[in-house]
Amino acid sequence: MSTATGGHLAGFGDTHRRDAWWVGPVLTVLGLGVWLLYYAWAALQGEYYAAGPLLSPFYAPLLFADPSRAGAAAAEHAFFGSWPAWWPAFIPASPALLIGFLPGVFRMTCYYYRKAYYRAFFGMPPGCAVGPVPHDYRGETGLLLIQNLHRYTLYIAIALLPFLWFEALRSFVYEGQVGIGLGSVLLVVNAALLSGYTLGCHAWRHLVGGRLNCFSCDGGAEASHKAWSFTSWLNVRHMPFAWASLGWILLCDAYIRLVSMGVIQDPNTWSGAF
Amino acid sequence: MAERVLRAWRGDRSGGRFEDYTVEADPGMVVLDLVHRAQAGPAPDLACRWNCKAGKCGSCSMEINGRPRLACMTRVGDFAPDEPIVVQPLKAFPIIRDLVTDVRWNYQQNKRIAPFTPGPAPADGNYRMSQTDVDRVQEFRKCIECFLCQDTCHVIRDHDKKADFVGPRFMIRLASLDMHPLDTVDRIPAVRDSYGSGYCNITRCCTEVCPEHIGITDNAIIPLKERVVSRFYDPIAMAIRAFFGTKSEPGKRPMAAPQTKVP
Amino acid sequence: MGAIDVSEIQTFVHDVVVIGAGGAGLRAAVAAAEEGLDVGVVCKSLLGKAHTVMAEGGAAAALGNADPRDNWKIHFRDTMRGGKFLNQWRMAELHAQQAPDRIRELEAWGAVFDRTADGRINQRNFGGHRYPRLAHVGDRTGLEMIRTLQDKAVHTAGVAVHMECTALRLLLDKGRVAGILAYWRDSGRFVLFKCKAVIMATGGFGRAWRVTSNSWEYTGDGQAMAYEAGAELMDVEFTQFHPTGMVWPPSVAGVLVTEGVRGEGGILTNNRGERFMFNYIPEKFAKETADTVEEGERWLDGDKTARRPPELLTRDVVARAIAAEVAAGRGSPHGGAFLDIASRRPAEVIKKKLPSMYHQFKELAEVDITKEAMEVGPTLHYAMGGIRVDHDTQMTRVPGLFAAGECGAGLHGANRLGGNSLSDLLVFGRLAGLGAASYIATVGDLEVSSDDVVAGIRKATAPLNRESGPNPYVVHDGLRDVMGRHVNIWRTREGLEKGLVEIARLQGVVGTVKAHGTSQFNPAWSEALDLPNLLLCAEMVARGALLREESRGAHSREDFQGERDEWGSRNIVIRKGADGAMETEVLERTAGPDGLAGIANASLEDLEGNRG
Repeated sequence: MSTATGGHLAGFGDTHRRDAWWVGPVLTVLGLGVWLLYYAWAALQGEYYAAGPLLSPFYAPLLFADPSRAGAAAAEHAFFGSWPAWWPAFIPASPALLIGFLPGVFRMTCYYYRKAYYRAFFGMPPGCAVGPVPHDYRGETGLLLIQNLHRYTLYIAIALLPFLWFEALRSFVYEGQVGIGLGSVLLVVNAALLSGYTLGCHAWRHLVGGRLNCFSCDGGAEASHKAWSFTSWLNVRHMPFAWASLGWILLCDAYIRLVSMGVIQDPNTWSGAF
Repeated sequence: MAERVLRAWRGDRSGGRFEDYTVEADPGMVVLDLVHRAQAGPAPDLACRWNCKAGKCGSCSMEINGRPRLACMTRVGDFAPDEPIVVQPLKAFPIIRDLVTDVRWNYQQNKRIAPFTPGPAPADGNYRMSQTDVDRVQEFRKCIECFLCQDTCHVIRDHDKKADFVGPRFMIRLASLDMHPLDTVDRIPAVRDSYGSGYCNITRCCTEVCPEHIGITDNAIIPLKERVVSRFYDPIAMAIRAFFGTKSEPGKRPMAAPQTKVP
Repeated sequence: MGAIDVSEIQTFVHDVVVIGAGGAGLRAAVAAAEEGLDVGVVCKSLLGKAHTVMAEGGAAAALGNADPRDNWKIHFRDTMRGGKFLNQWRMAELHAQQAPDRIRELEAWGAVFDRTADGRINQRNFGGHRYPRLAHVGDRTGLEMIRTLQDKAVHTAGVAVHMECTALRLLLDKGRVAGILAYWRDSGRFVLFKCKAVIMATGGFGRAWRVTSNSWEYTGDGQAMAYEAGAELMDVEFTQFHPTGMVWPPSVAGVLVTEGVRGEGGILTNNRGERFMFNYIPEKFAKETADTVEEGERWLDGDKTARRPPELLTRDVVARAIAAEVAAGRGSPHGGAFLDIASRRPAEVIKKKLPSMYHQFKELAEVDITKEAMEVGPTLHYAMGGIRVDHDTQMTRVPGLFAAGECGAGLHGANRLGGNSLSDLLVFGRLAGLGAASYIATVGDLEVSSDDVVAGIRKATAPLNRESGPNPYVVHDGLRDVMGRHVNIWRTREGLEKGLVEIARLQGVVGTVKAHGTSQFNPAWSEALDLPNLLLCAEMVARGALLREESRGAHSREDFQGERDEWGSRNIVIRKGADGAMETEVLERTAGPDGLAGIANASLEDLEGNRG
């Protein structure tokens, strides 16, 4: 520990704070770490991602399906049918890999997650009034200018929302019969949380109204103010939505995987077992 | 009544040390009261700024147990009874003496931000703005200039990029002007180029320390960053502007005086 | 100490030096600079920290936005009646006439006031004002004003701000102002400002009392420097006790609770739950005050035929009422009254309209004002009296010395209406700046006497150089005790005489205090230097109060209750006599000009809708 004038400490992680400032970053590393490991494992499986009307959100929207694999969706469930023959053999044949990076880039450039990983993974700084990793800091002016494309990743994330809702609603129909099960409820909540997270995005808040200086100046702007106010409400809760939607999607995958593997049964109004 | 230990940093540019003062603490006291008790007793020359003692003027900014806070709004009872209360000057600014730092850099930043420039007033002399439109601006104008956000911002505090980044306090100043329904100056190019919006990596410490609970990051800095994106980094928005021929925001005109950097 | 070479002292040359960077000082600086003058602003604290930030409720100006019946004449009438007709007629007139333009001007400089439905500046009700008249921003109007004026000043060519610099004495050349001696608080070094005019804008002297809303800066420096230089002071006995200061916890006792709470519908109750203000309506206001709870409620709902509730009577009336309830054993647990907004307005409205009150109580007293009542009691708040000035130019009888804002006298008379101080400092700050500009046009070269400078420096460094002596904080504490015991809200001859003896004793002690440590940012030294000013102001208050044998406005004598006609036409003036002792004079007022007296005594019906 080096001491500077004023009694301040200057090294990495140094601080006079006595509260548990490190809890946040540690939880972030653990949470994101566990999630990423699970995701990497689950996305590479290509198996047990569907059960009856339920499709794991890691795999939605489903572009191609390989029904020959265990716990896979039927080919008609996929938008483009059966698994393509041209798929290179050295890449695992998992439909999740086709779409997973899309919401991934949205979250990676998200203003909330940026805070979380700049602090927890890069130590710039690890906590408020806590010494950062020594480096030549340039903020988001150099390479990280790329973060400015967040609104394009938002467009993608918004485009994905209808598919998630579609899958969630589809899970209420099984073998031609309308019904309800725990899995279908989980998927509806999943779509709702992802919508809450996506529509609370800072870039969205700018686009729907934040860019204006006067909401009352013409008729159209008043609608903007309503949209902006709604987005602002969600935006204040962006962090809880970010974590809840992240955790929930994992929960959905795990649940559907276990049902698909036959480990547990989905309580529902249909036959019970898929 | 209970005795508390106030551990204050004493010294100036040439160096110093922590000194412990044992003072009486009454119920409901704040840390500034302990400083005053020390001044009235064992440390009459303990230097400390303060004015209103009600969280309205932003003078008594210091670091209390490692966190940038207002001494007048930090209750002694919030700390464990046997715990010494450590008070230090702000880290981000040069020390003058004890708990007092030289914060003039902040005033220089304000000076280089073009002032509010409204269009001409209507014939009856009364400008018209709806409450809906001034709500956002009023949030930023709650700022009491305690400079705690400037102190905690690692860009200034740890990396000393004072020449590149104006800091959170002046980002909200810029936001309050740029979002003002009557202001006519186009500030967005300068927000990026002279005031350094790109240097903020939105780690939100400024918002966490703000005693006025201003949404500095979410309501000021990120919206400014998004305005910068629309101007400089969003090809679609740029194409639309090129097509419709507006170079800046509607109703805004380019800033008159070039904004120079103050080292 | 060896010889002092005055030529080696850091020196600034300005046309005008403004002492104090609150609202009045900054407005004066802008006005003078816009006249082409070179202006230096000297202030004890950082820029933007002045006591103006504490003003909460709003700035009174008859804009007529919230109620079109309002106009300057009714504002003038309210001001005179609130001041118990001891106000200077011309100043009350100028103030009421010019305040609206000063407010609009602030908006053009960047102030963002709350809006009416049609987008104009909104106005709120306040004690003593007939109509909603206070332009406001939630409950942080003072902050909005100081920030606006601060930004305007730093972007006005010709204004230089010297922060954390304390003025010590005025320097004269043949009776004319020629400069000031000051010192930098950070280094302790002395600095000389040569100039042709000085504008005092130093605020009040509330630090003489223990329970006060005033900050440490309020030590009467301007009043004391002006007095020493030969200026007169007036109406100093009128010290306003704001009725609603916090009473608990002790460390924040005195911190202000804005009158805006009552303007938004808050009511005062005692420990029996009685809404006691209905029992304290003075005869003079009976015609214009609701006498039933029901009528008060209708007024709050916007019924224009209803009269205002008694919680909105002038500050002196409400402060005395609370003191009386407490004395009668009907006070709240910590010795105040209950101020209840929680049961009157929904939580969101309270948070929107009174955000800083919400936070102040939440964070300092752990009270949620949207759920429970606040405990409040009187707190020393404002000095109505101060430096006597010419009504149009704001110049004192010392050529080149001007005063504006709280440290000046004349506008408020015996009692100030809430909201009139913010408009006061705008109107008279500007007039002082203009007055200084026209005065300077007539002045030739001036010299500063080296002897004066040396004497000032020797006097200032004495507390540092002494071997030993009493602690200045302890002396200050003694003064607060004296004022609390003898020169408080209720006064008696016996108490005031005792008070004067005690003050004289402390004036002796203050010449022997020792400030330990060096001259760098040393609070003990600055306390030692401010104390004589505070003691001088305390003496003036006690002398004026002893002389005025009646109770009027903010001045209440237990032994002379009620207003006395003969005193209704007298102002008390204080000056330094030829022998160096304090001299008082009872000044018979001239009758008001016909036009103004007519307005002040007119019925409301005559004045409403008359926008001339």
